[in-house]
Order: sequence, then C-alpha cells, then structure tokens
Amino acid sequence: MIGTGISVNSITARRRHPLARVAVVALALGLLGGGYALTAPNGSTADAAIASGKADDVAQGKSLFVAHCASCHGLNAEGTKKAPTLIGVGAAAVNFQVSSGRMPAADAGPQAPRKPRAEWATDQAVDQLAAYVQSLGGGPTVPSAEQVDPAKGDPAKGGELFRANCIQCHNFVGAGGALTYGKYAPPLNPATPTQIYEAMATGPQAMPVFNDSTITPEQKRDMIAYITHVRSQVDPGGSGLGRIGPVTEGLVAWVVGLSLLILASIWITAKKRRAA
Amino acid sequence: MNAPPKAIAGASTFVDDRIGAGNFLKRNLRKIFPDHWSFLLGEIALYSFVILLLTGTFLTFWFKPGMAEVTYTGNYAPLYGVKMSEAYASALNISFDVRGGLLMRQIHHWAALLFVGGMTVHMLRIFFTGAYRKPRELNWIIGILLLSLALLEGLTGYSLPDDLLSGAGLRITQGVAQSIPIVGTYVSFFLFGGEYPGHDVISRFYSIHILLIPGILLALVSAHMILMWVQKHTQMPGKNRTDKNVVGAPFYPAFMIKSGAFFLFTFGVIALLGTFAQINPIWLFGPYTPADISAGSQPDWYMGFLEGALRLMPSWEINFLDHTVTFSVLIPALVPLGLVMTGLALYPFLEQWVTGDRREHHIADRPRNNPHRTAIGISGMTFYGILWLLGANDELSANFHLDLYSTTWFGRFAIFIGPAIAYWITYRMCIGLQRKDAEVLSHGVESGVIKRMPNGQYIEVHTPPAEDIAEHIRGKQEIPMLESAEDGEGIPPKGARSALGRLRLKMSQAYGTDRVPLTDGHHEEGHEEEHAGVGAGDRKELH
Repeated sequence: MIGTGISVNSITARRRHPLARVAVVALALGLLGGGYALTAPNGSTADAAIASGKADDVAQGKSLFVAHCASCHGLNAEGTKKAPTLIGVGAAAVNFQVSSGRMPAADAGPQAPRKPRAEWATDQAVDQLAAYVQSLGGGPTVPSAEQVDPAKGDPAKGGELFRANCIQCHNFVGAGGALTYGKYAPPLNPATPTQIYEAMATGPQAMPVFNDSTITPEQKRDMIAYITHVRSQVDPGGSGLGRIGPVTEGLVAWVVGLSLLILASIWITAKKRRAA
Repeated sequence: MNAPPKAIAGASTFVDDRIGAGNFLKRNLRKIFPDHWSFLLGEIALYSFVILLLTGTFLTFWFKPGMAEVTYTGNYAPLYGVKMSEAYASALNISFDVRGGLLMRQIHHWAALLFVGGMTVHMLRIFFTGAYRKPRELNWIIGILLLSLALLEGLTGYSLPDDLLSGAGLRITQGVAQSIPIVGTYVSFFLFGGEYPGHDVISRFYSIHILLIPGILLALVSAHMILMWVQKHTQMPGKNRTDKNVVGAPFYPAFMIKSGAFFLFTFGVIALLGTFAQINPIWLFGPYTPADISAGSQPDWYMGFLEGALRLMPSWEINFLDHTVTFSVLIPALVPLGLVMTGLALYPFLEQWVTGDRREHHIADRPRNNPHRTAIGISGMTFYGILWLLGANDELSANFHLDLYSTTWFGRFAIFIGPAIAYWITYRMCIGLQRKDAEVLSHGVESGVIKRMPNGQYIEVHTPPAEDIAEHIRGKQEIPMLESAEDGEGIPPKGARSALGRLRLKMSQAYGTDRVPLTDGHHEEGHEEEHAGVGAGDRKELH
C-alpha cells in the first residue's frame, strides 16, 4: 500500500485475525439490512392506494380523526370540555398543529409544545385529516408552495411588517419570548415557511389571527422571506450569543471578560519580589 | 543603595536640565506600590476607558447624529430601501461598509461593559477592605461620581444608534422623566425638544456622550489617580507593614511592567470578545419607531438592576390634585439607585459617626475582620443582585420554562428577605473565619502527622503557621467604639443621652465589639500534649 503508510503485511495479518470472520459476516448482514430498509416500500398497500387517489381523502381523514383526535375534540369535532371545536378552523390549522407535532397534545400544560410528529402523522395523513376538518365548516386553507416561497418575497418590506406585528412576542429575530402564566411565544427557527404562514392565518394557541385583510398573502410571503433570511444569516460579529440581546452579552462580559482579567491580575501579582 | 536606576537618573537629568523637574521625576518614578491582585481591579476600568476613548474617536469619524429620515441603500440587504434615521443608517454603515467598523463598534461596546464591570469590582474591593477610610473619603466620593457618570455615559451611548432596542431604552428614560411630580412633562419636553421622540434627542445625547461626560470622566479619573498617588496606596496587613510605611515594588521598573502588562491583558480580552462575540447587532433590531417593541428588550447589564426594579414594582398610581403621580415608575427609577449610590457615598461618614474613629488608615482590613461592614456590603450586593437578576425575568422565563408572574412574585419577596438572610449568613461566616484565624495562631496548622501517645490516644501534630500568614492574621485591627462608660453617678456620657445618641452608642458597640480576640499560643491547661513536637527539625514545639 504505497503512500498510505499501511503495509500489506499488516492487512494480511488482520485478515487472519480470529475475529475477522465475525466482522465480515456482521458487515454483510449490516449492508443487506440497511439496503433493504432504504429501498423497501415503507407503507402499507392502503397508503399506496391513497397516494394514487383511489381512496377518499375526507373519509380517510375522518377515520384518522376518530382514531387520534376524537378523544379530546369529540367524535364529530364538536369540542369537549378538554378541547375546543374544530368546525371552521380550516385545513391550515390542522396542518400547522399536526405537522409541527403540537397535536396530538401530550398533556394539558399551559401550551402544547412543538415536538417530533406522531408516527402516524405522515404528510399524507396530515393532508387527509386537514381535508376532513376542512369539509366540516371551511376555514383557512393550506397555502400553496408559491404563496410561501421566500425567494418571491421582499425581505425589507417583510422586516417592517415583522417588527410591527411579531417581535413584541417572538423577539427581534424570532428567538422566542415569555408570555404570562407559563405560556410563551416559541422560537421561529424550526418553523417551515408553510407553518409560519398557517400560524399567521389561524392564530394557534396564544397567538392572534392575522387574516388576509389584516396582512395580505403577499405581505405574509414578504415576512416569511425576512424571517428565513435573517435566521439563516451568519452572524457577522462572531458568535450570536443566542441572539436574545443584552442579557447574554452581560453574562459574557462578567463570566468571560471580567473573570479572565481577574485571573490575569492574580497571575501577574502571584510572583512576589524577592527581598533585596 | 538608594541611588535610582540608570534609566531614571538619565531621564531625570535630561528633564532637570531643561524644565527643572528632575527631582519630581526621580521621586515619583521610585514610588512604591504594594502588590496584591485585588489592587489591579481598578486598572480594568482605567484601561477600558483608554480603549473606549480610542475606539470612540474612530466611531465619530463616520457616525452622523441626526434624526432626519433617509432611505437605506447600504450593503445589508434585509434593510435595503427601508426608511430610517440618519443616525441608524450611519451606524449600519459603520457596521457593514466601513473597513474595521464592526470590530471597532464591538470593541467599543465590550469595553463599555468591562469599564463599568471593572469599576464595580474595584469599588467592592475598596468597600470590603475599608480602603475608603480617612484620609481617602474624598477619593471614594470621586469614585462614586465616576460610577454614576459611567452609567449615564452608558445610557446615552446605548441610545445613539437609534435602533429599535435603543429606542426602547429611550422610551423608558422618557417615562422616568415624565414620572417626576410637577416638572415631569416639562423635563420630557425639554429633553426631547418637544413631543417624544422629536428630532433633537440623538444630537443632544451625542454631545453629552462624546464631549461632556467623557471630559468630566477624564478630569475625575485624573483627580482619582493623583489623589491615590499623593495619599499612597493602601496595603494588606503583613510583616513590617504599618500605617506609616508602604511595602511593595517601585513604580519603575517593577510596577510599571506589571501595570503595562495588565493593560495588554485588558486590551487582549476586549479585542478577543470584540472579534468572537457579537454584541449589540443593531441590524437585527431594525430602525426605531415608537410603535414597535421587541420581546427581550433589555438594557446593558449595568442598567439591569433598574430594569428589575421597574419589573417588580406593583402598578401604584394616585391622583393628587388632578396630577397623576406614577409611583410604579418613580419608585423603581429613583429608590434603588438612590439607596445604592447615596448609601455608598455616605458609608465612610456613617461608619466614622458610629465608630467615632478619626484616625488615618493605610492598612486595609481583611473583610472578615469587620463582620458588620462585610455583612452590610453583601446584603447590598444581594439587593442589587436580585433586582439585576429579575431585570432579565422574561429571558429566564422563556429559557428555563418558569412562569413569568411567579418570578415577579418571587422577586417582590426576595428583595426584602434576601438581603436580611445574606446579612446573617455573611456575619456568621466572618465570625467563623475569624475563629479559624485565631485557631491557626493559637493552635497551629494541621501537619498531617498522626502520633500515638503512650496511653494509646492518637493526636494530630500541629505546626506553627508560616510567618507571613501569621503576620497577615495578626494585622487585624480593633474597631474603635464610642465611649460608653457611665460616670460615678450613673449618668451616661454627653453624646449618649438623646434617643439618637443611645442608638448611636448601641450601633457602635455592635459594630466594634471584637467577638474573637486573637491570642498568640493558648493557655488552657491540659492540652499541652496535643502539641508534642516531632523531632527537632523545623516543626517546633508549640504551647
């Protein structure tokens, strides 16, 4: 093995190692299993049927709803003591809540947090569920890909709207902030452009609704352009320190700056002058 | 032996031949400075100030302190075409279009945080070692003035870029001005040149920030240094150190090198922070409009305790003769600041009044040796610290999942209970440390040698403490007390007859009573055997 620094002899020696056979078998099994997992059709035949449009989305959605949502929202989405009615909330609300993992809710805290999606909540299942809830009483629909395309928005205009409408809760870069009684405005960093649009259109949890007459769809796209631009921006001044403003700056000034200088002063004076 | 080094002799002769100040140089370059790490803390502030002046000058070359509306056409795309003030546009320009501008801005801002931080730790050192005592009370007051001015300097500088965050600070400043009874509205109109935000405040703050306050700071810093030089630096208690001498290294060459190296350290730390840690990213905040406000709007750290006071205060407001008096702003704005600053300024005189001590002090106290002073200091720090912490309660709530209102209620109680608990704990700790000192002197230091006695008992051999440690401990000074002895007919001394006088006497006794007097060696019978020496080496027998 010229140039690699590994001698042929050492490879031969390893090939004859007592554990070599075990290793080869493990590797082969791993490759086979891994390859299968990557290429195998992941889903049942029923999903395939839905994908080709053979099954009715609304009917499928209803069965998903009964299985996963009805225990709190009621069998006909009429609402119970535990959870509000979903008649008229629209497909956008369903898509937002389920695709961000907030629904189904884990427990009754002050606010349902963003979490990994439920296992059954594939994109398709979310669409079906949304179609069912949409069929109950209308409401805001899921925006098209074009409506949320950051490249088509004007970030500067979006920034002005963002500052006027969002930052009092979500912070100036969407890092999130506290609300009362344990509620909070979540950070916007993990939200997809579609979810940002839907949040504005439906006003989930503590958030107010920004409907199309308050903020037009074009303006929403501008805001999405600003939010995604700023959150992907590399901080020009070094570490962004969480981008939450002077609190972390003050912490760094004391914990890093002053501590280092105090250590330096101890070091400088540690060596005593010998008496002449 | 006392001849000055060649470098001083040469230079002073040169100066002497021309302006006749050679003796002055000779004398002062050999000035002795005592050595202790805590004596360098003030230099953090001094050198940060130098860096602030230099970087600040750089920033003035490009900053335009105007509030006229312009349309941004610079390099930062997400603000392109946005209308903003000249000040904000030029600050963005410094950040994105001036070579080295962002670095200078960041160094300036970090240096500002460390300037006030350095002053704070320096002041705490002076307080806890009693270095403010006669004859240094005036220098102490200059220090308090410097700190107050630094806060004002910080406030005006924070407002200059006219970004959304600085505007939030400006709005609170205006709210405080308006809350002053009777004259509030006039003060606000005068400051802002009309209705808030007006068109004048940035240029006014600019003059204050770059000319007025730095000028006063520079003058006061000079006075501070000259007084320190003339009165000589205090020293820690130790061998051969008295109130009449200074033990240490001469200014040239030893102290000069140490001090110079410390400047480089300060500069290095600030430059590293300016390079690797982003501070005050004004482009993310956007331009200021009075209608917008961001979550997590906070002042720089040194204003955090005022922010906390504002957040803790219940919304008290009364209507008096058709005038609204807003206690919910007036009290948090004035009371904590007043308590802290006035308390600090008056402390040397209050202490003198209580102890009746009119002597000069050049040996610093170890904090444990004046337990009440130390407890008062820690108690004040707790008061400040709780306000400071709760100035960030929204970030605490958002990042640590606490209920926002619970933090407020916690603070409302902690602000009264916390300092009291801190006082008690600190006092007990000081007494404990004094007992430890007394034990070291009388009993020696544990040697780690276990010895078995003929009767089967095991003892640990103690050795006497090292000489420098023993001398350091013996440097403890008694705290004077007022004369309290009643005369033959049971009449208390003149000063102690009024209610105030009685209180003063009581405080004096509490403050000055030495609960753990030091005794060299100890004389209890029956313990002799514990100190049996081991061999005739360097471990001496101790009684």
